[in-house]
Amino acid sequence: MVRLTEEVHRLRRRFQERGEESDVWEVVQNARHRDRPYTLDYAERLFTDYVELHGDRVGGDDPALVAGIATYHRRCVVFLGHQKGRDLTERTHRNFGMARPEGYRKAIRAIELADRLGLPILTFIDTPGAYPGVGAEQGGQAGVIARSILALARADVPVVCAVIGEGGSGGALAIAVGDRVLMQENAIYSVISPEGCAAILWKDAGQAKKAAFAFRPIARACLDLGVIDAIVPEPPAGAHRDHDRAARLLDDAIRGALAEVEAEPAASRRSRRRAKFRAMGVWGMAEPDAAPAIT
Amino acid sequence: MAQISVDIERGPDEPASPHQGRHPNTCPVCSSHYRDDELVAALRVCRQCGHHFRLPARERIAQLVDAGSFQEAAADLRNADPLAFVDRKPYTERLTEAELATGLGDAMLVGTASVGGRPCALAVMDFFFMGGSMGSVVGEKFCVAADLAVARGVPLVAVASSGGARMQENVLALMQMAKTVMAVDQVRAARLPFISICSDPTTGGVIASFAALGDVMIAEPGALMSFAGPRVVQQTTGETLPTDFGRAESQLRLGHVDLVVPRAELTAALGRLLQLFAPSTDEPTADAPAPVPPPAGPMGWLRRLFGGAGG
Ligand SMILES: [Zn+2]
Repeated sequence: MVRLTEEVHRLRRRFQERGEESDVWEVVQNARHRDRPYTLDYAERLFTDYVELHGDRVGGDDPALVAGIATYHRRCVVFLGHQKGRDLTERTHRNFGMARPEGYRKAIRAIELADRLGLPILTFIDTPGAYPGVGAEQGGQAGVIARSILALARADVPVVCAVIGEGGSGGALAIAVGDRVLMQENAIYSVISPEGCAAILWKDAGQAKKAAFAFRPIARACLDLGVIDAIVPEPPAGAHRDHDRAARLLDDAIRGALAEVEAEPAASRRSRRRAKFRAMGVWGMAEPDAAPAIT
Repeated sequence: MAQISVDIERGPDEPASPHQGRHPNTCPVCSSHYRDDELVAALRVCRQCGHHFRLPARERIAQLVDAGSFQEAAADLRNADPLAFVDRKPYTERLTEAELATGLGDAMLVGTASVGGRPCALAVMDFFFMGGSMGSVVGEKFCVAADLAVARGVPLVAVASSGGARMQENVLALMQMAKTVMAVDQVRAARLPFISICSDPTTGGVIASFAALGDVMIAEPGALMSFAGPRVVQQTTGETLPTDFGRAESQLRLGHVDLVVPRAELTAALGRLLQLFAPSTDEPTADAPAPVPPPAGPMGWLRRLFGGAGG
C-alpha cells in the first residue's frame, strides 16, 4: 500500500474526470497548425527592435533555434526560441523546428551572454523534439541538452519561458527552465509525442489520439501538475487565426511575469528557481508494515 | 515529420521485449547459456564473448561498494500515479508488477557507501523496474543522493541504466530532467566531483540530464548511450546507422566519455578515482586497504588508471 496525501488524491480525482478525447486532440492539432505564429512572428510584434545572433562558435548555425538581442518594453533582453518554417522550403530549412547540437550550443552562448550582462532571458518553445539524426547524436545531442538546462539553471538573471506550440520532450525542456513558465491555451507540452507514446504503449502510432487523451499534454493539466505557472489566452479558435491579437495576449503575460520576477530579490533567484523545480513531482510513501521485504 | 519520438524507444514496460524472445540468461551475442548462479558469479558478463548483461541495482551495489557499507536512503518513496494513467493497463498495475518482480520501490536506489574505503553518495538505477525509466520518484531520489553528497562533503556517484523518462508521468517525468540537472549543479556548487557511470542502456531523458554531466564519464563496454534510440533515428531520417551507433566505444572515440571500463575492473577504477579526488590530508578509514602510492614516472597514475598501457 502506498500512502498518498489528500492533495495527491484530489489531483488523481481531477485527472479521472476525463472529458472528451476530441477536445484534447483539437489542441494537439492547433499546436501544430501551420499558420500558428512562430518565435520570429512574435519577435516582430513583441520587440521594438531586435538583432538575431548566429552560430555556435564551434562549427555551425542552426536555423531551427534562433537567438538574439532585443528591446522589450524599453529594456534590453536576450531571447531564444525554436523556429519552424511556413512553406515547404522554409520548413525544410528550419528542419521542422528540430534543433541540432549547434542550436543548443547557440542557446547556451546566448544564456551566458545574458547572465554576464545582467539581461533578462525570454524563451519561446515550439519543437516536436530535438533532431534524432546520426550527426546530431554523434555531435553530442544528449550532452548539449543537459548543458543548456544547466546554463538556464545557473543564470542569475530573470528567465521567463513561453510554450507557444509544441513542447516536445528534452529538446523543448532544454530552453524551458525559467522563473516563470507560461503556456498558451492551444500549446502542448509532453515527454514524448502522442504518436511516439502510442507506438510504445499501444504498439500502434495510429492510437495517438488515445495516447494524447491518456497523458494529457494540454495546458490545464500542466498547470494542475505545477509544471507551468500560467495559461496564456489565445484569440477565439486559436492563435493561428489572428497573429497580432495572439501576440498582444502573449505580450501581456510575459510582461507581467517578467515584472514579477524582476521585483524578487536577485541574490536568491537561482535558489528559488531550483526550489521551484525540486518541488515538481508527485509521490507517496510506502506503508511501513506493507513494504516489500528488501534485503 | 512531427511524428517523432525522442525518448524511450525500447519497450521498457514489456519484460519480454528487451530479450526478444531469448531466455534472459542466454547471451544475445554468442548464444552461450548460463545458470543464474554462474552469471552472478561472473558479474553477469559472458565468459565466452565478454557481453555485459544488465545488472539489477542490488547486484550492482554488491559488486561496486565495500561490503556492508551501503546505507539506503529514501527507501519508502513510491509513485503516486498523479495522472491516473491507463494505457492497455493501468500504471498502478505496472508499478505493482514491477515492485513484485524486482523487490524495489522504483527504478533507483540511493544512499551512502564507501568504495576502497572512500566515502561517496550513490544513486544506482535498475533497468528491470519499468525499463529504468525516470519519473517523480527516481528524480526525487537522485536529488536525495545529491543532498547526501553535499551534506557529507563527499563525491556523488551515479550508475545509470534507463530507457529514458517515464511516459506514464508525462510532463512530470520530463521535469525530472531539470530537477536532476539542478541537483548536479548543487554538487558542483559545493565543489564536489560527480562520477557518472553509464551502463546499457542509458538513453533518452536520462542521458540528456544528470547522466551526461559527470566530471568523469565512465561507460560499460557496449552500453548504448544515445538520446534517440537507433530505431527512431533510422525511421525518422532514413540514414544508415554505423554498427556501433551510440555505443560506449564510439562515444569514447567522439569525446563524450572519458573511460570505457569492463565490469570486472569497475570497482578498482572507481576506487582509484575517489582516491585521486580525495583531499590530500584525508586518510582512508582504518579498516580499508591503504592507498597504493602512485607508480614511478610522470604517467604513473594515468598508467594505473588505464590498466598499465604505455608503460
Ligand atoms: Zn556471449
